[in-house]
Amino acid sequence: MQQPAIQVRNLRKSFRKRNGFRKKSELWAIDNVSFTVGQGETYGLLGPNGSGKSSLIRVLSTLLIADSGYVNMLGLTLPEQQDEVRKIIGRVSVDAAFYKKLSARENLLYTALLYGQNARQAERRAIEILEQLGMENAKFSTPLEEMSRGMQQKISIARALMINPPLLLLDEPTTGLDPKSRRDVQLFLEKLQSREGTTILLTTHDMAEAERLCVRIGFLAKGKLVAEGTAMQLMQHAGAATLDDAFIKLTGEELVEEEMVLVEG
Amino acid sequence: MEATLRQTWAFLFRGWHITRRYIGWVVVFNFYALVTSATVALIGVAQGNYQLTLTLVVGALLWNYLSWLYNEIAMSIAYERWEGTLEYTFMAPVSRAVHLFGVSLFSLLNSIVTSIIVLVGLMLFTNLNLRGVNFFGVLVVLAVSTMAFVGLGLFAAVFPVMSAERGAEATHIFQGSLLLVSGVYYPIDVLPGWLQPLSAISPATYTLSACRKLFGVGNSNSTPEYLAGAPLSAVTHELLILALMGAILLPLGLFAFVRIEAWAKKTGKLKRTG
Repeated sequence: MQQPAIQVRNLRKSFRKRNGFRKKSELWAIDNVSFTVGQGETYGLLGPNGSGKSSLIRVLSTLLIADSGYVNMLGLTLPEQQDEVRKIIGRVSVDAAFYKKLSARENLLYTALLYGQNARQAERRAIEILEQLGMENAKFSTPLEEMSRGMQQKISIARALMINPPLLLLDEPTTGLDPKSRRDVQLFLEKLQSREGTTILLTTHDMAEAERLCVRIGFLAKGKLVAEGTAMQLMQHAGAATLDDAFIKLTGEELVEEEMVLVEG
Repeated sequence: MEATLRQTWAFLFRGWHITRRYIGWVVVFNFYALVTSATVALIGVAQGNYQLTLTLVVGALLWNYLSWLYNEIAMSIAYERWEGTLEYTFMAPVSRAVHLFGVSLFSLLNSIVTSIIVLVGLMLFTNLNLRGVNFFGVLVVLAVSTMAFVGLGLFAAVFPVMSAERGAEATHIFQGSLLLVSGVYYPIDVLPGWLQPLSAISPATYTLSACRKLFGVGNSNSTPEYLAGAPLSAVTHELLILALMGAILLPLGLFAFVRIEAWAKKTGKLKRTG
């Protein structure tokens, strides 16, 4: 039997928060979360802001050390084998962090070198990825600070994929993108998954995106994984007509807090 | 091995392109370094005292080299926090030793360039005759003290890992304290008694003391036309202390950085802010 790509068992992570002088409280960002992602599967984690999605991705990316629990990625455990895990993961975060004065090419070549790769081969692969994402070759030499957020996010995806990782961790990759860029990214991820069998863990606010891309979906609320299954299973379980309604019924929370704030503002 | 060389090159590549894009600021910083050094050295010229001028020139030159080196290493981590790229560097399969070696190597090249600019500028401003200076000895002392200052830079680089906001401030306080206690422009014995013991633990104190001997500062045989630079054997004491400091500070700085990185990952301090 093929081993799972990602195995997470009883994962817990808390942060201490200062409440006034000498008072501290503990906030559970990840509270006893367990799930498994099969090789080649696209698994979605849905939850509102502060539900623990990013913390979970950061643990899997070796950027955060959990308090307790078990994490295994393609046979490698965290945090013990973090050096090895770093070779098999690519991550795209909601904030496309780059050296903004440098061009896309310079940023990508730096990443390729950082991963010990041949810069020319990595550059060719990055150009291929960017072309598939609908980006013009001419933009390759443009400083990141002159690019739209959508373009920056496409460069971020190229950065994660140019190292050819078998595991891709996507933390809200389409949040804040215009509809065209969002569609380009979603289409690319679908093709990537079917062509190369890359395992993808995707966190998102977007129900339609989760339904379109993910084989299975987990609902996260207040650090807990409250439900898991295919979109259809989740809707049936909640007795809801849409995934949005299923989320509200099963978690008792609204998902699109950001949009609500915008409307009110 | 090939991968390690590429990873080291990555930091030189990044540093070069960032320098290129911020060339205006690089010119400004070098201009400022030159002007502040010349301003200090001209105090000696105004006194008509070539020994005082030489003391100040050596102080300004070495402080530029050492502080630039220290500052570049420490601030490289702060820059990464501001850009939000530190997480991506920490996520890459590059060892911390290679990462910090690459950063230090670029900082070293940067400080050498700035020191050459300051040296040429100071020569134009002061008209000093450097015949007789033991330049080979000076280079040996600088090479040995570089190890200690890289170690200090690694220690200071820990602050921005701990806090994106406060880290850079702490780095500068530490640098200012070194300037105060190391006898860069004045003898250590003019410091208040309670501060003088601190000068003994600053590597800059020994670098300056050794280099001044090698330049012929305070040597009764030195004249404005010919400086009686001491032989390398005259600074063995300083060299041994600097070598010992380097041997302690370099691995200790790396150790401290790795420990703080682990602490930041446990407490969630790596998360991008600002």
